[in-house]
Amino acid sequence: MPTPEPAIEVRNLTKRYGSHTAVQDVSFRVEAGETLVLLGPSGCGKTTLLRMLNRLVEPDSGVVLINGQHVRSQPPELLRRGIGYVIQQVGLLPHYTVAENVAVVPQLLGYAPAIIAARTAELLNRLHLPPERFAGQCPSQLSGGQQQRVGLARALAADPPVVLLDEPFGALDPITRASIRREFRELPELRRTTVVLVTHDVTEAFELADQILLLDAGRVQQLGPPRELLLRPANDFVRRFFAAEQLALQLRALRLTDVLTELPAADEKQFVSTIESTSSPLPPTASVQEALEQLSNTSTSAAGEPTVWVQLSESTARPLTYATLMAAFGRAVRRLATEA
Amino acid sequence: MSILTELFAFWQAQADKLGQQTLQHIGLTAASLLAGVAVGVPLGLLLTRRPRLAPWVLGGAGVLQTIPSIALLGFLIPVLGIGPGPAILALFLYSLLPIVRNTVAGVQGVDAAVVDAARGLGLTDGQVLRRVELPLALPVLLAGIRTAAVINVGVATLAAYVAAGGLGEFIFGGIALNNPTMILAGAIPAAALALLFDAALAGVQHLRGRRLAWAGRALLLALPLLAGLYLLPRATSKLLAGFSPEFVGRSDGLPGLRRLYGLYPASVVLAPALVYEAARSGDVDLIDGYSTDGRIRAYDLRVLRDDRHAFPPYQAAPVVRRQTLQAHPELAPALAQLAGQLSDSVMTELNYRVDIRHETPRAVAHDFLRRRGLWREPQPATGATIRLGSKIFGEQYILAELYAALIRGNTNLGVEAKTGLGGTSICADALRTGAIDLYPEYSGTGLLVVLQPPPAVLDSLGPDPAAVLAYVRREYRRRYQLEWLAPLGFNNTYALLMRRQQAEQLGISSVSELSAYLK
Repeated sequence: MPTPEPAIEVRNLTKRYGSHTAVQDVSFRVEAGETLVLLGPSGCGKTTLLRMLNRLVEPDSGVVLINGQHVRSQPPELLRRGIGYVIQQVGLLPHYTVAENVAVVPQLLGYAPAIIAARTAELLNRLHLPPERFAGQCPSQLSGGQQQRVGLARALAADPPVVLLDEPFGALDPITRASIRREFRELPELRRTTVVLVTHDVTEAFELADQILLLDAGRVQQLGPPRELLLRPANDFVRRFFAAEQLALQLRALRLTDVLTELPAADEKQFVSTIESTSSPLPPTASVQEALEQLSNTSTSAAGEPTVWVQLSESTARPLTYATLMAAFGRAVRRLATEA
Repeated sequence: MSILTELFAFWQAQADKLGQQTLQHIGLTAASLLAGVAVGVPLGLLLTRRPRLAPWVLGGAGVLQTIPSIALLGFLIPVLGIGPGPAILALFLYSLLPIVRNTVAGVQGVDAAVVDAARGLGLTDGQVLRRVELPLALPVLLAGIRTAAVINVGVATLAAYVAAGGLGEFIFGGIALNNPTMILAGAIPAAALALLFDAALAGVQHLRGRRLAWAGRALLLALPLLAGLYLLPRATSKLLAGFSPEFVGRSDGLPGLRRLYGLYPASVVLAPALVYEAARSGDVDLIDGYSTDGRIRAYDLRVLRDDRHAFPPYQAAPVVRRQTLQAHPELAPALAQLAGQLSDSVMTELNYRVDIRHETPRAVAHDFLRRRGLWREPQPATGATIRLGSKIFGEQYILAELYAALIRGNTNLGVEAKTGLGGTSICADALRTGAIDLYPEYSGTGLLVVLQPPPAVLDSLGPDPAAVLAYVRREYRRRYQLEWLAPLGFNNTYALLMRRQQAEQLGISSVSELSAYLK
């Protein structure tokens, strides 16, 4: 059996504007269903790189394959109809209603009206824009967050296997941004889709990425899973890029499995006797951040310190307090950084 | 109040013409606007795709816009002749700038993010243009069409100068006849049309979304229909007449011909300066003119005999202030030397030399006097100064030069020429108030323009030159203390003219024969 093709493969992509090189010799692969985040400071070439994937920008050299097919093998319009596209400014057609905006690509693809209507209603419902209220509205009547939800619905309407997102949350206020980001993460359509997302927000990148491609001045600085960039930076630029938010990122990147090995041997019988109905045990894949959040929500019991439980197997769990969790976290960070 | 009643009476009397002119006016405006949209919008779109061309095209359209409309028509006549062609082309050129500029501004004003998103979704360039850029640019684009429409309704009045019809026919007729009612009769509907176009397009412009798109399409459909109004069948006849606005409006012009001869040729109105040229080039077959005009000879035209005397006599004679004659008794004999010396053909010849051959009026006048043996070397001017007036055309300049030479040669009076005093009313006022002492006038003009007697008097005078002159002489003396001296001999009246060759072919030499031919 042949190995499944990557959803996106980019080889030696280069783009110059006059004497300025926007993107230089970039290569990467994104497996189907994965999310790749293009991360970097402003002007690093990440948007140019993204726009070369759907040929809004044509590269000077290099190739882009989507599902094994050369993007130049078909007219750009046909290529783009198979790739979802969302930009920071949303760019909804102001003279179309919400429903008409969502229906643009299915219509271009010649879907039957009944199918388009059903799909539009389904997507709007899922994005918390009940169609009976929103379908007939104009984009100008919506808030920024609602507009971006419509923008996402429009990108997903024809079920494209690949979606490109260019700073989709960049224009939103922090509260809206966090809530929409959560919706995005949990949207089933996005979970099974291959996503390439451009951002300069490090937290966002860590929250959404399977892989991060960190760019500076058009060159790849490092490509890998978030924790790898964080714990084993390839160069000084990578280190400095994450330095400011290092602790917050480590809390997000490390999982309880990383930490558990650092705990002193303990009496596992505790689980059976003291588990409380108020606190469901955490899975071992949960991040340290999530464990801390649950700790802070746990009321101090009569027994003393707040405690959370990690499910280790069907019938065993370990208790964690602030003290044991943080001590183990500190040791784990040191260990992972020195493992080369 | 009286002007209002006059106005409504005029509209009522001329209802058919008002209707026809209004339709022609709408037709001209719509046709030029259609051409403006058909060329201007694609041109504007091209400029949004090739921005480097924009300064050149917009600059060129801007230069066109600065050419005075009457001059633009003037430039186009040698190329396109007269008729709707040059009128529509001129209007089209004026509509280009606002339409092209607003198309560019409208498309450039579309949010770049919307266009980017549309392309990213997979719309083709054509779909981006049709479904995104054009609909979103439409309000601005319509504002440009609206500007062009209002400009064109105004400029279309000038179409009447090149035989293209429209409401300008009344306006220029009114100006030529110094008839404010007639000017208003054309100007008010023209202004109303401009407001109507403006309001209609403003209404469309402020629509949004789907309705705007429909209105835009409806507009594209409406323009050719409105332009088609210009093509509505209108009266035709075997010969096409081209008349100056004054001739059409004056009671002794076309209305008189209708009354006496039952003459109803299909006719267009055009600028007085263009009628002869139009006849020569064959654009029209029948024109009005003046019986002593130099171009009759130059263009080989035939004056049709006015066998039923529809045109009143216009005998030329000097009109002088009585005070001046009494103060300088030597003046009258000097002026009298010219009496009866100038026949129609002689005057036509002199006009030909000035108007067509471009000799100076002075040279022509002095040459004439020498040949007639009337020339005397000027005497030193020791006496008073006689102020000599004239209207603003060649024949009057020649007459003024003739009188100046006779006064200087036969008396010791000085002469101060105040030539080029515009029209009849200016000369007559100048004479009455003493700003000038004399000027050459025509009996019919004195009768109809200055004295304006009641119709009963006109009927009683009839076409008899002697009776008209006697009446004018008596009334001028009584009302203004002005004296009409002996007439010069020629009769510069209205005349109907045809190309000689065509007239001979058709065997037409009089207006009666023409009328019979047309029936």
